[in-house]
Order: sequence, then C-alpha cells, then structure tokens
Amino acid sequence: MTELVAAQRWCDRCGEDASTAGHESCAAARALEPPRYCPQCRRRMKVQVLPVGWSAVCVEHGESRG
Amino acid sequence: MPEILDQARTQVLGDGVGLDQAGVLAVLNLPDEHLPAALQLAHEVRMRWCGPEVEVEGIVSLKTGGCPEDCHFCSQSGLFTSPVRSVWLDIPSLVEAAKQTAKTGATEFCIVAAVRGPDDRLMKQMREGVAAIKAEVDIQVAASLGMLSQEQVDDLVDMGVHRYNHNLETCRSYFPNVVTTHSWEERWETLRMVRDSGMEVCCGGILGLGETVEQRAEFAAQLAELDPHEVPLNFLNPRPGTPLGDRPVVEGKDALRAIAAFRLAMPRTILRYAGGREITLGDLGTRDGLLGGINAVIVGNYLTTLGRPATADLDLLDELKMPVKALSATL
Ligand code: SF4
Ligand SMILES: [Zn+2]
Ligand SMILES: [Zn+2]
Repeated sequence: MTELVAAQRWCDRCGEDASTAGHESCAAARALEPPRYCPQCRRRMKVQVLPVGWSAVCVEHGESRG
Repeated sequence: MPEILDQARTQVLGDGVGLDQAGVLAVLNLPDEHLPAALQLAHEVRMRWCGPEVEVEGIVSLKTGGCPEDCHFCSQSGLFTSPVRSVWLDIPSLVEAAKQTAKTGATEFCIVAAVRGPDDRLMKQMREGVAAIKAEVDIQVAASLGMLSQEQVDDLVDMGVHRYNHNLETCRSYFPNVVTTHSWEERWETLRMVRDSGMEVCCGGILGLGETVEQRAEFAAQLAELDPHEVPLNFLNPRPGTPLGDRPVVEGKDALRAIAAFRLAMPRTILRYAGGREITLGDLGTRDGLLGGINAVIVGNYLTTLGRPATADLDLLDELKMPVKALSATL
C-alpha cells in the first residue's frame, strides 16, 4: 500500500505529470469526482460510481476504491 | 412587490394554475432584491400543492460511457475525448446499490444506462436486475435508458418499472445546439409512449448549456405542457473533454431564480435537485432551494461524479422539518 501511495507519478484526474504545477484545481475537483487515470501508469481506468463510493480498475495495477 | 409575484400568488398559489412562458420569463428576470420573495412564494406553492414531504432517490449507472450520441454536456459520449471509459455493472452490485440506497430512506432507485436506446442485452440485464432488486429490496424502481420502442415500453411496464426518466435537456429551440445525433421531437415521442403506458413520466434537463434566459422560460413552458410527474433539475457541471467543458457554471442566484420559476410554472410536479447543485449552489444554496420550491433530492453519488454524503442532505431535511416521503405513501 505504501508503495502505491509513493508512486503518484500521474495526476489521477487529468492524467498529466503530477510533479508539474497546476493540479490544484484537479485536487479540488476530485472532492466530487472519482479518479480517472491510474496514478502509477496514467492508463484510463474503468470506473464505476455507486450511490455510496466508487471503484476504479487499472488493467495493470488493479482496483482502488473510495 | 413585483406585479408578476402578485399575479402568481393569485393564479399559482390560489388556483394551482402554473405561470405561462411570459410569466416564467418575468420571474427569471426579477432583480436580486426580489429573489427572496419569489423563493418564498414558490415554497408556499410547493407546500400547498405538494405538501411538506421530500422524495428521496438514489441513482446508479448500469452501463457507463461509450454512448454513440453527442450530447455536448455529457462525459459519457463516446464521441468526445472524455476520460470516462465504458463499463457495465453486474447484477449483484446493482442489487447492493439498491440496498445502500434503501438504507438512506430513499423510496426511489433509478437505473440508468448511457445508450441511445436499449438493445436486447440491456433489456435482458434490466429484466434480471429489476427482478433481483424486487426480490430483495423494498424500493420503487425507475429507469432511464434513452429512447424506447413501443415494445420496450411495454416490457418495462411488465418488469414493474414504475417511472421512466427521459430528459428533454433544454428547450426545443436550443436543442440542436446541444445534440445533433437525435432530435428533441424523438425524445418527445418516447415521452408520449411512456405517458400512454401508465408509467410515471420523469423529464427535466440541464441549465447552463448556453441557453438564453428566454430559452430557459421556453423550456419551463414546454415541460409544463408535458406535465411530467417529476422534473429533475440539473445545473451544468462542465466535464473535461466535452464541447461544453469550458463553460462557466450557473451563478447561484440564477439557479435559485430558475428553481422558483420552474415551481411557479408547475405547482404540482415533483421538482428534484439533480446533478450540479453542489458546485452551483453549495450548502447554503441547497438549503435555499429546498425552501424555494424543490421537493425532491438525489442523494449520494451521481452517474460519473460524486455528490455530498446522503447524511448531509437527510440532516438538512430533518432540520427543515421536511419529512422524507415514505414508501407506503408512494405505493
Ligand atoms: S444519450 Fe445520454 S449518455 Fe448518451 S451522450 Fe446523450 S446524455 Fe450522454
Ligand atoms: Zn491534474
Ligand atoms: Zn496502472
């Protein structure tokens, strides 16, 4: 799990390099949106929003939930 | 007091007759200082003609993304470079979603699919899913599956789907600016079949698509003509990658003016807060709308975006002394 958190290379909202500036609005938007891109490989994930919570699946890196 | 509000007090509150297009436009054009009076009147109208209950609903996406249509606001269209990928929900997860929704006290569970209209696979999935929900969960099932054939309308009735959502989205004159892959009239035709089948008609739209105030009034008048059982009111939440992705969100006061105006156009309908209210109105505005004509909410998350927690809305209803409509009262 720690490995996963450490590997936030890509912005999970816009899919761009997370180390560059300008992702504050992405972070703010994420309060009301699930992630769309895998933060480790920037693949678009299969995201299912449910009445309570969401799940997001990257073919390479598996499922995350929120 | 502006003349239009005096007129509405007699006509809408007193006689239950909604405002026409010109009347709605006058409300939408009220200056800020008269907005509280408009909301107050809309609230009185709602209390008199609908009562204090609030209908609570949860929604879930059975089939997300990859839609062949080009509704310019929609992140689920497969024609734009939206990050939303196509995904299907399995039946056990659908039943679980219905259970979670019922736990909030909601009486309505709407199953939605991002399609032009259902194919055989989707209808089969619906038949299995609705049966599984009905066997396990005490909740009314609604559906929103795009444009229907008469046979599909009959099938949904047979499954026990009691209400069908199909939004006109915007007024007839502006629709071609928002959707080019089908027409407003095609949507109207599905609504007519749904109405004739005995299912309840749920039809609303989205404000903030670039329509003028006049077109907003036109839309309210067209909805009033349809006379739906329920009108879900969305405010554009601009989605990345869609043609309307860079549009500004509706200003809070304009959203509230629209809520009051739509209520004054349709005194008896269920006027529901749907998507976009969190960003357009925030917590304070959410309360103002519930005290300004709104009498139904979608709780929890939406189809591709998240809402505020159901408990936040339920606590607010409790504080406002608005009882959640019970299942027994809706059956
Ligand atoms: S038909 Fe529905 S799912 Fe498809 S693009 Fe239009 S709004 Fe989106
Ligand atoms: Zn970003
Ligand atoms: Zn990945």
